[in-house]
Amino acid sequence: MSLLPYIVAVWLFLVGLYGIVTSRNFIHLVMCLAILQSSTYVFLLAVGYRIGAGPPVFANVPVGTPAVDPVVQALLLTDIVVEATVVALLLSFAVQVHRNTATLDPEKVVELEG
Amino acid sequence: MNRRVRRWFFLICACAIFGLFVSAVRQMPTFGHYRGPYGDILNRETVYERHITDVVTAVNFDWRGIDTLGEESILFLSVIGTLVLLRKPSSEVNDSHDENDTADKRKGREIPLPSAATRVATLGLVGPLVVFGLYIVAHGHLTPGGGFQGGVILATAPLLVYLAGDLKSFKRIANHETVQIGEALGLLGFLILGLPGMIRGGAYLRNVLPLGTSGHVFSGGMIAPINVCTGVAVSAGLVAVTYVFLEHTLETRLRGRR
Amino acid sequence: MNPLVPLPLLIPLAAAFLLGLLNKRCPRWFADSIAILAASATGVVSLILMHESALRPIVYWYGAWTPRSGIALGVDFYVDPFSAGLAAFVCLLALASFIFSLHYFDSVGNLFHVLMLGFIAAMCGFSLSGDLFNLFVYFELMSVAAFALCGYKTEEPSTQQGAINFAVLNTIGAFLALLGLGMFYARTGALNLAQIGRTLGHDSGVLVVTSFVFVMCGLLVKAAAFPFHFWLADAHAVAPTPVCVLFSGIMVELGVYAVARVYWSLMDGALAPHRSALTGVLLVVGTMTALLGACMCFAQRHIKRLLAFSTISHTGLLIIGFALLKPGALAGAALYLIGHGAAKGALFLVAGILLHRCGSIDEAHLYGRGRKMPWTGAVFVLGGFGLVGLIPFGTFAGEHAIEFIAERNHQGWLDIVFFLAVTITAAAVFRVYARVFLGRGTRLSSGARLKTVDERRETSGPHNHVPAVMFLPAFALGLLAIAAGCIPGETHAVLTAACAFADHAGYQARVLEGAFLPIQAVASEHAPLLSSVLRSLGATLAAIALAVFAISPAWDRGRIYSRPFARSMAFIRRLHSGRVGDYVAYFAFGVAAIGIALAFLIAS
Repeated sequence: MSLLPYIVAVWLFLVGLYGIVTSRNFIHLVMCLAILQSSTYVFLLAVGYRIGAGPPVFANVPVGTPAVDPVVQALLLTDIVVEATVVALLLSFAVQVHRNTATLDPEKVVELEG
Repeated sequence: MNRRVRRWFFLICACAIFGLFVSAVRQMPTFGHYRGPYGDILNRETVYERHITDVVTAVNFDWRGIDTLGEESILFLSVIGTLVLLRKPSSEVNDSHDENDTADKRKGREIPLPSAATRVATLGLVGPLVVFGLYIVAHGHLTPGGGFQGGVILATAPLLVYLAGDLKSFKRIANHETVQIGEALGLLGFLILGLPGMIRGGAYLRNVLPLGTSGHVFSGGMIAPINVCTGVAVSAGLVAVTYVFLEHTLETRLRGRR
Repeated sequence: MNPLVPLPLLIPLAAAFLLGLLNKRCPRWFADSIAILAASATGVVSLILMHESALRPIVYWYGAWTPRSGIALGVDFYVDPFSAGLAAFVCLLALASFIFSLHYFDSVGNLFHVLMLGFIAAMCGFSLSGDLFNLFVYFELMSVAAFALCGYKTEEPSTQQGAINFAVLNTIGAFLALLGLGMFYARTGALNLAQIGRTLGHDSGVLVVTSFVFVMCGLLVKAAAFPFHFWLADAHAVAPTPVCVLFSGIMVELGVYAVARVYWSLMDGALAPHRSALTGVLLVVGTMTALLGACMCFAQRHIKRLLAFSTISHTGLLIIGFALLKPGALAGAALYLIGHGAAKGALFLVAGILLHRCGSIDEAHLYGRGRKMPWTGAVFVLGGFGLVGLIPFGTFAGEHAIEFIAERNHQGWLDIVFFLAVTITAAAVFRVYARVFLGRGTRLSSGARLKTVDERRETSGPHNHVPAVMFLPAFALGLLAIAAGCIPGETHAVLTAACAFADHAGYQARVLEGAFLPIQAVASEHAPLLSSVLRSLGATLAAIALAVFAISPAWDRGRIYSRPFARSMAFIRRLHSGRVGDYVAYFAFGVAAIGIALAFLIAS
């Protein structure tokens, strides 16, 4: 079962993609994108995990105590901010779509094709 | 493609990606056995090199500080982006949004006024939250936390004011101008704090301050001031984004109140 | 360490923060001058860096964290003539669009400048970075700025559609690349490109290949390669014209550059025995992109969309240049990138002038309305010659080099791909020229068969003349497209830089050991020039002939007879449905197909 965390990650990625492919509402679509992005959180944290190790904080424990990888956690913080910003931008597109066309259905907002 | 074809087409491709991924991760180190070396070296060196006890903060603001500058810029640009995208179209006069609003009202979907219990609970939380946020920002280099986490906590305080229904105060706190100045100042501060290291012959973002004793609040050199700048930028940025989204509702609600 | 290296990132960022701080409190002219100053200063610094790194690449470690016993602790910027040259080219195009947009967007304060400056910083950082995660950060910074710029004209419903397609596809690509990065990190415990490359050694197991495929596909989304290219035309059609110059001229190409950088610094050791597999897969991708883009380009009548599809086609050619995995072809691709970027920039600016003067961007509406702008038309034709690769243009030098390498590697059929792609895209441009600027040929019916996309003016003020600030940048870019192919000694210098770029072991030694390795000058082989010249002239004549045919009545009559052709064209056009769900499904198909093909070819 040592593959489970990784499979959860790719599952989240593909489920998010599925949601985007079949979405009928832009808000739903943006949330699916957020799910897709959370797959990278699971994956990165799983990569840096070490059984029985503590957090990479050496305030109360001496240096050299087994600790999990600090780098992936730092990457994760960046990742979260990126996700939040992209979601904010996409939601503001959704607001504009609704303002201009009074619908949120991606199938109905087709101005450009071919 | 029609929707059914699209769904099946996608599912087949997704299965292929899944198979590819699973066959790939079988060759990865087993879960729970991180091999290093990058993280282990940083775990070992950080306390000696930087007198900091929280390695994650050290990675964010010192070892890989330039990533954080880029990432703060992402936040900044997205705030600017939402401001641009949600600006009032020039053709639209003030009140056209009330149509939506009255439609909602007709259906009985008015936004209810907050109850007394909500007001007490939320307003009572504001003070402690601000203190807690400041604590998290200031102790980022000692314990888990730092500019991001503290900044996010600080940004929730104005939202609580909004929830309590004190719209005027919320508008005063989260006003575009002040918040934007805060954000830009935080970022400029971060950018400028990196320069002394460059001028003194090292490289950008190199530490120039005394490191202090590890475990104390005044330790870790440049990390604490950079942390504070990040805290300012993150909290201001998040407040700005939420304010932009809430602006329309806010204005109609304020007008209704009069 | 060389204090100039972080400046291409820091100058535009500082200018963006400053303008964000002042926002509405500073007048428009101030914002304009800060933006122009910042872009020029960044450009000058990048040029100096390009010059200084010509003999020896510069490695810059942020926070002065130089590697210890061969292990990278921090983040580095790797400056070689390619990366610095790209940063300089970014600034040049940005300068042109800043000058062009002096008349633009009077209502929106200075936020446009802030977004553009952030965009420039992101692209400069993206070209210089030597760290995989840092690359991801700039990828996202670039994306966020680009999404906001793309959705800038909020009042048109099509804008949101284009911007959403762009944002969703690019974000998915970025996170796929991040998954790939996580897999590389799990395998090697490193984020530095050189370090990952060294730790991988010669391992070409399925883990390494899959990680590379994920990272590569993420970057190929940015590069608009088939089948990830669908967002590009939608985004370009709705973005403000000065922004299109940056999108088409450099942002898309940076995707190809990043794939090349990641391959040569990281995978060259692992894939060395399997190069032909990667070449094969990428050649298919590049060829499909080039031909599909060209066909779609010719079928358009919305001029910006037409130019956008031509960008897809030419990016396909760039991918072919990289796919050969030879320094010579890489050098050709670099020349091609500059030549194409300048020509395409000029073309987009002319489209912007048309929009300014006539308030439309539709070939049918514009019929004959450009007759009073002969000089503007001349720049448009110049751009067309740039696309077809006529002899003195930068694109000619690039194509010449790539085709020479292709023939030597028994891939002579690529000549045909090049010929078709450049002929068809240039013919589309010439056709537009004839209809709009000469008022010749059949009129397009503004009928329902083609959906028209209205576009509002982006400018205010009088529209009865072409302001100098709009014409001069276009003209300058047109001249640059020629100059890019005529600088003496250029080919040799680029080839030398390309050899250093493709030096896998040298890259690692320079980054991780700080080894003093000067770039070795390379003896350039002289490719037979005559056949290339003939080919380029042939392509030009063919393009003109095709354009003349397309505006003659015979074209309309011919369409009736060639049913299969018309039917397949209709099918291709239906693929570009504008629905984000379809595009994401094609994306999944692309990842699966490229991944399985590569894994299979390497395993067998």
